[in-house]
Amino acid sequence: MLTLTCPYCGVKAEETELAPGGEAHLKRFGPGSSDDEFESYMFARRNEKGVHFERWRHAYGCGKWFLAARDTATLEVFATYPAQTPEPPPEVVAAIKARRPDWKGYK
Amino acid sequence: MSRYSVFAIAREALRFHQGWERAWRSPEPKPRYDVIIVGAGGHGLATAYYLGKNFGITNVAVIEKGWLGGGNTGRNTTIIRSNYLQDPSAAIYEKARSLYETLSQDLNYNVMFSPRGLLMLAQTHHEVRGYLRTVHANGLQNVTTEWIGPERVKELVPIINIDGPRYPVLGALYQARGGTARHDAVAWGYARACSAMGMDIIQQCEVKGVRSEGGKVTGVETTRGFIGCSKLGIVVAGHSGQVAEMAGFRLPIEAVALQALVSEPIKPCMDVVVMANTVHGYMSQSDKGEMVIGGGTDGFNNFTQRGSFQHIEETLRALIETFPMISRLKMLRQWGGIVDMTGDRSPIISKTPLGNCFINCGWGTGGFKAIPGSGWAMAELMAKGEPGPLAAEFNLGRFREGRFIDESVAAGVAH
Repeated sequence: MLTLTCPYCGVKAEETELAPGGEAHLKRFGPGSSDDEFESYMFARRNEKGVHFERWRHAYGCGKWFLAARDTATLEVFATYPAQTPEPPPEVVAAIKARRPDWKGYK
Repeated sequence: MSRYSVFAIAREALRFHQGWERAWRSPEPKPRYDVIIVGAGGHGLATAYYLGKNFGITNVAVIEKGWLGGGNTGRNTTIIRSNYLQDPSAAIYEKARSLYETLSQDLNYNVMFSPRGLLMLAQTHHEVRGYLRTVHANGLQNVTTEWIGPERVKELVPIINIDGPRYPVLGALYQARGGTARHDAVAWGYARACSAMGMDIIQQCEVKGVRSEGGKVTGVETTRGFIGCSKLGIVVAGHSGQVAEMAGFRLPIEAVALQALVSEPIKPCMDVVVMANTVHGYMSQSDKGEMVIGGGTDGFNNFTQRGSFQHIEETLRALIETFPMISRLKMLRQWGGIVDMTGDRSPIISKTPLGNCFINCGWGTGGFKAIPGSGWAMAELMAKGEPGPLAAEFNLGRFREGRFIDESVAAGVAH
């Protein structure tokens, strides 16, 4: 069972307390964007086997959205962090690098 | 290949079963093939089979990183049906179901197709309306289904409780020629038939890269060296995104875990397949007597072939209300498989941005039932280079153009 620590209220929440919200750090494209950009934003997903960034909501807790860095091949959780970041912050990247030295980084 | 028949059994019985041959060869890879299919699951092997049978293309290799039929083909709940809402889905699933009817004879391999009838329970008024609509749609699609009331459900499934407090049975969408088949036998039967046509099935051979030249595929790098090809088919289910990335494109797909479980074997008690989509549970009884139960998917990306426990709990909690007699059954095994989910919950059978490279993926939670139809359509696409009528609507371009085949609404659930 997946356990994530909510970065807002500090509660170690297990999966039934949380609602998954899909891939994190999606760049939004709307009116005025090209077909390619819009399709990519709507449908193309990284779907990494390995280090993956995703959105979660502490649904049965504080109710807030947060982000998690997780390994989809082992279910290891590297870090959770607030949702108001356009890309993974340095301390999260460092935490991942410490466990996965071969990881190519977020791009 | 020597044919399986009653005479073969008699002959072997008289000589201590010394004469049975291996069902398929395990050859070393040749340096080059006309067609390489990546993935020796049901869909990959069916693609190879219909390439040979319908188009005479037999210089084919099917390469597999693990063992044949060891992925989702060996992990599903073996349900076969074609009662879909949208026309393109009904067409390809009904093609598959009709091919299943004669598959054992066609392959000379008993796939144990059992058209025992399939019920999709309506347990909310919303579902009643949805299934009535599907029955009418199926009528227009030449798919034989009917709407039946709760009393008829009770006749077909004596162990069901039709007046549960939370999930009463209000009726069902009934497909009399739906049912089950032996999942491993489908893979084994196709593999044997492919091998007999001279195709090479190469197991324990993982694709590590896709080589191309001038925008066209030239072969694949594998753990057993480079293998050249003129055409490449990617048919790898859960790892579609990873192989697509090697070929240089990204898919509208996310991989999640789907779980199933079986009970201890009991005496025959239910001779139809029952699906209860409101509560994410479906159940049938295997020939061994086990109750085979499928559940819902997890909501997060996962490649571990392990699912979350609470989904099993949710499925069983609800099924116990509908089938009170299973409350004391012990569960023997539980397992997970990685399914590739597209945005509209319909599959992709398509050309790709890389020339002569084709992909068949995105079957999500319902691929087993489609195996013969999917192989048929994919073989046509690969042989002609253009999709036939079955595959045309399932192209990758539909996401850009907004032409979804929206089965997530049609079924309202993992199907």
